[in-house]
Amino acid sequence: MEMQKTRFNFDFMSKRKVGLVVSSLLIIMSIISMSMEGLTFGVDFTGGTLIEVGYSESVDLESIRTSLINSEFKDAVTQYFGSANDVLIRIPPSEGLNSADISNRILSLLKDTGSNVEMRRIEFVGPQVGEELKDDGGLAMIYALMGIFIYVALRFQRRFAVGAIAALVHDVLITLGIFSITHFDFDLTVLAAILAVIGYSLNDTIVVFDRVRENFHKVREATPIEIFNVSLNQTLSRTLVTSLTTLLVLAALFIFGGEIIHSFATALIIGVLIGTYSSIFVASPVTLALGITKEDLMPVQKEGADLDTMP
Amino acid sequence: MNRYSPWKYSFILLLIGLGVLFALPNLYDKDPSLQISASGVSEVSELTEFQVSTALEEAGIAFKSMKVGLENLTIRFNDTGTQLKAKSVVEKSLGRNYSVALNLAPATPDWLAKFGAEPMFLGLDLRGGVHFLMQVDMEAAISKAEDRYMSDLRSILRENKVRYKTITRNKTGGLLVRFKDDSERDNGQSLIEDEFQELDVTILEAGSDESQLVAKLKEQVVLETQKLALQQNITTLRKRVNELGVAEPVIQQQGLSRVVVQLPGVQDTAKAKNILGATATLEFRMVDEDHAAQDAVDGRVPAGSKLYYQRGGQPILLEKQVMLTGDSIIDAASGIDGLSGQPNVTITLDGKGAKRMSAATRDNVGKRLAVVFIENKIEVVEKNGELVEKKEVIEEVINAAVIREQLGKRFQITGLESTKEARTLALLLRAGALAAPIYIIEERTVGPSLGQDNIDKGFNSVLIGFALVLVFMVVYYKVFGLIANVALALNLVLIVALLSLLQATLTLPGIAGIVLTVGMAVDANVLIFERIREEIRNGNSPQASIHSGYEKAFSTIADANITTLIAALVLFSFGTGPIKGFAVTLSLGILSSMFTAIMVTRGLVNLIYGGRRIEKLKI
Repeated sequence: MEMQKTRFNFDFMSKRKVGLVVSSLLIIMSIISMSMEGLTFGVDFTGGTLIEVGYSESVDLESIRTSLINSEFKDAVTQYFGSANDVLIRIPPSEGLNSADISNRILSLLKDTGSNVEMRRIEFVGPQVGEELKDDGGLAMIYALMGIFIYVALRFQRRFAVGAIAALVHDVLITLGIFSITHFDFDLTVLAAILAVIGYSLNDTIVVFDRVRENFHKVREATPIEIFNVSLNQTLSRTLVTSLTTLLVLAALFIFGGEIIHSFATALIIGVLIGTYSSIFVASPVTLALGITKEDLMPVQKEGADLDTMP
Repeated sequence: MNRYSPWKYSFILLLIGLGVLFALPNLYDKDPSLQISASGVSEVSELTEFQVSTALEEAGIAFKSMKVGLENLTIRFNDTGTQLKAKSVVEKSLGRNYSVALNLAPATPDWLAKFGAEPMFLGLDLRGGVHFLMQVDMEAAISKAEDRYMSDLRSILRENKVRYKTITRNKTGGLLVRFKDDSERDNGQSLIEDEFQELDVTILEAGSDESQLVAKLKEQVVLETQKLALQQNITTLRKRVNELGVAEPVIQQQGLSRVVVQLPGVQDTAKAKNILGATATLEFRMVDEDHAAQDAVDGRVPAGSKLYYQRGGQPILLEKQVMLTGDSIIDAASGIDGLSGQPNVTITLDGKGAKRMSAATRDNVGKRLAVVFIENKIEVVEKNGELVEKKEVIEEVINAAVIREQLGKRFQITGLESTKEARTLALLLRAGALAAPIYIIEERTVGPSLGQDNIDKGFNSVLIGFALVLVFMVVYYKVFGLIANVALALNLVLIVALLSLLQATLTLPGIAGIVLTVGMAVDANVLIFERIREEIRNGNSPQASIHSGYEKAFSTIADANITTLIAALVLFSFGTGPIKGFAVTLSLGILSSMFTAIMVTRGLVNLIYGGRRIEKLKI
């Protein structure tokens, strides 16, 4: 059988050095930023109190700051949330403050300033709970990667699994890096988003790998590089269409979903873009570099690889 | 070619029918309602129904319907204004043995309810309310349990004439018993081991020439005690929440030492926190009249006594032995003392408590009995550069009155500062004494207006995202795009149906999960359609292209979805509240999209193109 006709004919694999450089640079930047700046963890992970209040009309942040500075909440950070009517107040965990009382006292303090204020949201997380969430979150990420590695190794082949995981680690690192550089808030929903990105990016990678496997079986005379190139081109329109529809709904979430969902949507949009890129320029090159050959996927090679060839 | 057998179509139709049926209840509005439940001895019956309806009629308040359920009575109203008016009327007529809670009752029609179809639960972030994560102080539970053995140890040693010097708390846990000499210690050891199977006795040799041993609770008993402490706390919290009057509260164990409390619709969070968070109990102790309190302040506390302070700050010496603890209290009511006009709290004890009380007060008429109010608070403090939660126990003698007569089942406490304080104290006592202190380590409160905002915004973004995808699909894939859109719409219906069927809670992250599924569910169709296009480009006939397009795309779709499911399952098992909601909708969405995107679209494609010659596919 001959090579199939494809709509696109990009020579992705010849550009893989460029991809390597770009990805390495991004990863190095992310790691540097994370070790220097760290992540701007939200209340979920640091512990502390977060209060969102709503005013009936727009309000001056300075006046709120002054009244807070003159109280026992000197370390409070105040910012607008979505509009000038909504204000977010963060209080770090601090000595001598009775945790359960903080929100009550802040509210009465704000009511004293005479304006019409309404409590919209309170989040209080004890330092111990925050610490646990951080640990659990890291563990969840590792478990997800492990589960995926095992599944891909069984369904495909070890080298594919390494390629897929490399792409996922790449995506997670860079998304975290962007959150670190931009100082976006990293809260529980962002963690959920990153885990969803793992799922999404993997989706993309698997679709490509599936085609690579199929082409290795079908096409007799072709180098692995040619196989990867043709597979990437065959799946390219699908990759673009799916990324586009997903980005469409994410854009809707980002614009219309409200402030609360903002970080979540941001993380996912970044993740989807990087995930799409990585399934072409990270997962495939890594698998190639590990020396994947036709024989790795052939049914003749029974030992240890028999699962790989099941349809 | 490309035909589905009739049974396959019937299967698809059946699933769709079930989906629509179970999704339907969500379309109905909810009625503002009152939910009346009994607290304590009273119960909800036809009599209550009669009482309530008469009261409402007298007040001229119209209601839609009234229904007696298993444990509560639900009254529906036309609007929230009437609901609020009715609340105060009903509260007045029923008194404090019932709790009346504002609620939104689903207006599911009877014929739907017969199928067991109910609307899905809305999470706190959508309807407003408070979420607390509470920690039971297990160390305190254990030391309290050990304390109970202290007096038992004393009397058993005394009865058997084993000569011990003191029994105190050991610094590293357990009780430290000091003896006169080694032989007395050995006697003591065998005696304690015989009498108290629950205690582990070890002889303490290191670094002292004294004869002493340590009695500790056995591992098994420690576990039992912790389990019991958690259970008792949950029961108590349940009672307290009842006192607050909240409809559909969630009180759940989480892990080995934590309790989740969710109070939907609660607006006065400060009050909720004060009642749930402040744990208080009472202890009754005799006043030590033989020694001067001032000596104790100077540092000479007599053995067998402990120094306390009264409300005003005056020191008072009380006996170490607790006469009675709050565990024995079964009811407490606030009122005004007829004689003095002071606020008071009338306490009723259970049988065992009453016996102990009357035995103890019989010989002590004329002496003073003190009531110690113990409150647990949590503060965050700095320790070695790290912020930790510090437990603070406030012990206060609220009252020390001369025993006029032998006390029994019912008696009064006076000396409270205000009627408000009397009410709070009565409420806390009535709700029961806690076996171990419990405190809030996480709070998430969403105000009602934000809840509505979240619903609107979440709903809007789903609609808009959905519409964008629909338009794109039709433009890009034409007829096949339309088919995919039908599948996508069905997918939404099925997700809602599954959520309702499982009675899962829909949260804002849950909505995000649905939005994401919409984006990803199209993926399966995109894979199939791109494959069909490819087959056509390779010169295959339309029918053959459809056939092999679906066939070849299937394994890819399965692989891609299973890997996403793995990530979703990890999310779920890791999940605390918000993340769990996201994981649930994501997983359900993946599963239902496998059905709609593959089976339903294939069914439609077969219906349109199957079994006939076609020249060209509109794809």
